[in-house]
Amino acid sequence: MNNIEKKQINNLIEISKQLRIDVVNIIHGAKSGHIGGSLGLADIFTALYFHVLNHNSNDPNWADRDRFVVSNGHVAPIYYTALAHSGYFPVSELSSLRKLRSRLQGHPNSLELPGVEISTGSLGQGLGVACGMALIAQKDKEDHLVYCSIGDGETQEGSIWEAAMFAGHRELSNLIAFTDRNYIQIDGNTEEINKLEPLAEKWKAFNWNVLSANGNDMEEILNAFEKAKKENSKPTMIIFNTKLGFPVSFMDGVSKWHGTAPNDKEAKSAIKEIEEYYLKLNL
Amino acid sequence: MKYIQENIFNNPKMLPTRDGFGKALVKLGEINEKIIVLTTDVAGSVRANWFAEKFPKRFFDLGIAEQNMISVATGISLENKIPFATTFGVFITGRVWDQIRVLVSYSQTNVKLVATHTGVTVGEDGATHQILEDIALMRVLPNMTVIVPSDFNETKKAIFAAADFKGPIYIRLGRQKAPLITTDDAPFEIGKSQKLRDGNDVTIVACGVLVYEALLAAEKLNKLGISARVLNMHTIKPLDVDSLLEAAKTTGAIVTAEEHQIAGGLGSAVAEVLSQQNPVPIEMIGINDEFGISGTSDQLLTYYGLRSDNIVGSVKKVLKRKR
Ligand SMILES: Cc1ncc(C[n+]2csc(CCOP(=O)(O)OP(=O)(O)O)c2C)c(N)n1
Repeated sequence: MNNIEKKQINNLIEISKQLRIDVVNIIHGAKSGHIGGSLGLADIFTALYFHVLNHNSNDPNWADRDRFVVSNGHVAPIYYTALAHSGYFPVSELSSLRKLRSRLQGHPNSLELPGVEISTGSLGQGLGVACGMALIAQKDKEDHLVYCSIGDGETQEGSIWEAAMFAGHRELSNLIAFTDRNYIQIDGNTEEINKLEPLAEKWKAFNWNVLSANGNDMEEILNAFEKAKKENSKPTMIIFNTKLGFPVSFMDGVSKWHGTAPNDKEAKSAIKEIEEYYLKLNL
Repeated sequence: MKYIQENIFNNPKMLPTRDGFGKALVKLGEINEKIIVLTTDVAGSVRANWFAEKFPKRFFDLGIAEQNMISVATGISLENKIPFATTFGVFITGRVWDQIRVLVSYSQTNVKLVATHTGVTVGEDGATHQILEDIALMRVLPNMTVIVPSDFNETKKAIFAAADFKGPIYIRLGRQKAPLITTDDAPFEIGKSQKLRDGNDVTIVACGVLVYEALLAAEKLNKLGISARVLNMHTIKPLDVDSLLEAAKTTGAIVTAEEHQIAGGLGSAVAEVLSQQNPVPIEMIGINDEFGISGTSDQLLTYYGLRSDNIVGSVKKVLKRKR
C-alpha cells in the first residue's frame, strides 16, 4: 500500500488492542454500556484517531482540524478510549464511565468532554450535523474534511436519508461517512427487523460515492479512507463490514451484546480472547 | 378497602412499571383481538416481547424509525384496531411530536402511546435518554389524556383502562424497579386521583415514582406533628380538579412532586387550576430547568432532590407561607 508502511500498520494494530482491552474493562466497571459496537469499531476508531484524522488534542477546537461526528453515540466507550489515548483527557479518567458527576456520560456530551464535536445518543441526528459542517467548509473553501460514524440499525431512521439526500444534492465531497455494518441491532438482525439491503445501492441512488471494506482489518480500513479522501465530486459512504464484539467469539452475531455489560467471568474471557487474537496476528 | 400495600415503608416489593405494562399487554391480547403492538427496536426493554411471543401476528417491530411508528399506528387505528405504540420516553414524545400533534391529537385517533424509560431514574444512559419534558409535551396537546402510574399494579390498570378508552392517550412508565404501593383492589379511574392518606395541614400532590416519596414524607411529617394529605395524581390530564380544589380548601397549602421538569409538568398543571380558582401557596418538587446526568437511579433521585426529605423541606416552606 502507498505511503503506509507495514510497521506503521502494526503500530496501529497494537493501539487497537489497548483500546479494546480498555473498552471491556470500563464497561465491566460501569456495569452497563454498549460493548458490541464499541469492540467492533475499535479498528476504525484507531485508524481515525492515530492516522487518518488531522487533529490536535492540545487544541481540540483548532479551526483547521478534521471534524468527526459520532452519530451512533452509544459507542461512547470506544470513542472515549480513542480520545483519551490520543491525549484529550487522562486515560485514568476512563474508569469513571457512566458514574455520577463523570465527564464520561453514558452518551457523549460535547459541553463536558474535549474532542466531542456534538452531543449524540439519539440516533439519526449526527449525519445531518456533519452535513452542516461540510457545507460550510465547502462554501468557505476550507481544506479540512468531515467524518461521520453511523450504525447500520441507525440507518433505519428517516433523518439519515434526509441528510443523505442533502449531501448528495450538495455534492459534499469533503464528507466521509461510514456505516458500522455488523447486521445487528437491539432486537436482532437488521435484515429481519427492517431490511437495509441493498444498502450500497441505496447510497449510490442518493448520489454518494460508495466503498466497502473489512472494518476489522487495519490495512483495508486505511486504504478505504485514502480512497475516500481522493473523491472530489460526491460525498463518500464507506460500508465497513464488521463483527459485533470483534474479536470476542461469544459476542459475534448475538444482539444481546449490543448493550449488555459483561460480568466478571465474561469480561475475563473477553480479554483472554482479545489477547489471543492479537497474539495470533504475530506482529 | 385497602388501597395501600402492607409494609411499604420497611420492605416494599420492588417491580418496574414497564413489567406491569408487559403483563397487561399479554392479558389484553388474550381478551381483545383488536390489540396491536408496535415498537422500534426495543421490544425487550419495553417488555413488548412478552406480547410478541404470544401474539406474533399482532406484533410489529418497525426498526429504529419512531416517526414512522406514529404514522403507521395512526393508519392501524383507522382500520378499527387498537394500536399500542411503545418505545423509550424520549423517542415516543419529542422525536415524534409533530406526528402525534397532527395524526393523533388533532385527528383524535385511537392511538395508545406508552413510554418506558422516563425521568432521571433511567440512570446510566444519561441525559439523552432521560426525558424530563414529556408530561409537558403531551399535556399541552388538545384531546390528549396523560397518565403517570405510580407502580406496577396501577400500570396494569392504566393499560386496561387505555384499551377501553376511546381516543389518544399517553402513559408514562419507568425502567427501574420501584416500590409496589397500591393493592389489586385499589380503584383506578382515568381522571380521578386517589387519596392515599388523609391530612389537614397540607396536601402533597404527586405522580409516578414520587408518590412513594410523598408517602414517606407524610410519615416523617406525622412524627413532626404535621398532618399531610397525599394525593396520587396519576392522571395529569384531565386533572382531577374537584379533589384538588377540595384539598386546597381543607388543607390550604400544596406541595407537588414529580420526576419531571417543574416547568410544564404536574406542578404547573396544579398551579394553573389553583391560581385561578383558589390561590393557596404551592411549592414544587421536580427538576429545576436542567438536564439529567449519568448515575444510578437511586443516586440521581437524591442528586436532583426528589426524595422524601426534600418534600418535607418544601412542606415546611409552604406552611410558613400559609395564611
Ligand atoms: C432515536 C433513537 N431511537 C432508539 C434508540 C435506542 N437505541 C440505542 S442503540 C440502538 C440500536 C442501534 O443499532 P445499530 O445502529 O446497528 O448499532 P449497533 O447495535 O451495531 O451498535 C437503539 C434502538 C436511540 N438511542 N435513539
